[in-house]
Amino acid sequence: MSEKTAVEIVKAARSEEKITSAEILTQLFSDFIELHGDRNGTDDPAIKGGIADFHGQPVTVIATDRGQTIEERMACHFGCPEPGGYRKSLRLIKQAEKFKRPVFCFVNTPGAYPGQSAEENGQGAAIAQNLLEISQLAIPIITVVFGEGGSGGALALACGDEVWMLENSTYSILSPEGFASILWKDSSRAAEAAEIMQLTPQALKKQGIIEGIIAEPADHQAVIANLDEVLTRELAALQQLTPTELLQRRQQRFRKF
Amino acid sequence: MKLYVQKKNTLSERHVKADRKADAKVPDDLLRKCPQCGLTIVSRQLDCYAQCPQCYYGFRIGARQRLKWLVDEFEEMDNDLQTKDPLSFPGYQSKLKAAQEKTALNDAVLTGVAEIGSYRVALGIMDPGFIMGSLGTVAGEKITRLFEYATKHQLPVIIVTASGGARMQEGIHSLMQMAKISNAVAIHDQAGLLYTVVLTGPTTGGVTASFAMQGDVTLAEPHALVGFAGRRVIEQTMHQKIPDDLQAAENLLKHGFVDAIVKRSDEKAVLKRLLKMGGAMRV
Repeated sequence: MSEKTAVEIVKAARSEEKITSAEILTQLFSDFIELHGDRNGTDDPAIKGGIADFHGQPVTVIATDRGQTIEERMACHFGCPEPGGYRKSLRLIKQAEKFKRPVFCFVNTPGAYPGQSAEENGQGAAIAQNLLEISQLAIPIITVVFGEGGSGGALALACGDEVWMLENSTYSILSPEGFASILWKDSSRAAEAAEIMQLTPQALKKQGIIEGIIAEPADHQAVIANLDEVLTRELAALQQLTPTELLQRRQQRFRKF
Repeated sequence: MKLYVQKKNTLSERHVKADRKADAKVPDDLLRKCPQCGLTIVSRQLDCYAQCPQCYYGFRIGARQRLKWLVDEFEEMDNDLQTKDPLSFPGYQSKLKAAQEKTALNDAVLTGVAEIGSYRVALGIMDPGFIMGSLGTVAGEKITRLFEYATKHQLPVIIVTASGGARMQEGIHSLMQMAKISNAVAIHDQAGLLYTVVLTGPTTGGVTASFAMQGDVTLAEPHALVGFAGRRVIEQTMHQKIPDDLQAAENLLKHGFVDAIVKRSDEKAVLKRLLKMGGAMRV
């Protein structure tokens, strides 16, 4: 795998050439039925979810979406979910548990949407509920970060059994710009922040934050094939565990930090 | 003309001189202004609760000061834990040392077993004076252990929150604390035990997005600032000013995220009533 600097990986994670959630949903799965809404008054387009066929096995799939057209991107807040998005994801993950379906989450978000509506609708409470409830849902939950994994907004969909990252992706407490702005009151020192934050897949793997790194060639078909291989293998391994073992393992995964 | 000479001794000149002398005699912290209602308060007249006598806004106070009026007994836990400084962040060790000296805490939260009224309770109090009450690996570990202890000993938990969010200096390791604590809260919850949150200002970011919003009962102090994103970030996102009270506890009450607003001087009594009816066992 490449030896890119942290700054280069930050740039690559935000690239327009990135594989999109729409590609993943339609190409990694042979049949995807989208299910809308949080049953609480909203349907956030920044988080898509539904049931899909994965090698003959029904699975629940959740993906953050940045949209394609300008209109879609604005509606998705450029990939920043509203509280309703997280509530929709929790609804679908609970539904998955009812039907003993495994869950795949695909995450590429700068972070949870920091707007007035999000504050009023309880952005913090929505993420907190995901963290609280997902910890006790006894079905395999595997997350792939395929671009930016921004803070609590990413963690809310990455609190299951395993987290994998595409080669050109980041997972961090805050964007390097925000980090530099908070600590040094100077967002122009983002490059320096990126190096110190240990947000690259290699650095995160070394610290045990993630399970592994998925190679990301330029050809999106090849990326899909790599995702398929890893998810097939990891899911099979998790499905060997009893529900109790699965939850204990999940708890241990975070307990060590 | 003699008038010109006298100008140096005009009333206004003498006034300035008098003020300069007086200035040296007046301590800087003699008066405090309530940031909520603007009332000027003589600092000495602020009682142990440090609340505004007019609007009950609570001035920021340390965990140990709060302990004095909140509990009858307290036995501290885990006051020896220290961070491994996972990012080897420049200047972090000296910042920690200064915060430890200032607050008499090892990190941003004080934890232990308390008696409130005649009820035993696992209690955590965050200290806004310790690097903004930020949540890093040590605070995360202390809160997790507190919940684990409470689950094991069948105790209710009370957490008083005050935090700027996840601690930047420990990077992703701080983020992981949100999931780690949430797991411990969930297990405590499944054991049928009461978890009460007291939101104090400011409670924001990763703390709001985890254990501050996971209580069975959520109280908030009057006018406490509670939110997810910072005001500056929201305004940059919206490209406009946001209402002053957007993140006020009263607005959260209106939107259904808080059970009740309770002023500091009533907190202990309200908590006692909640412990009584929430299934806590008497000592």
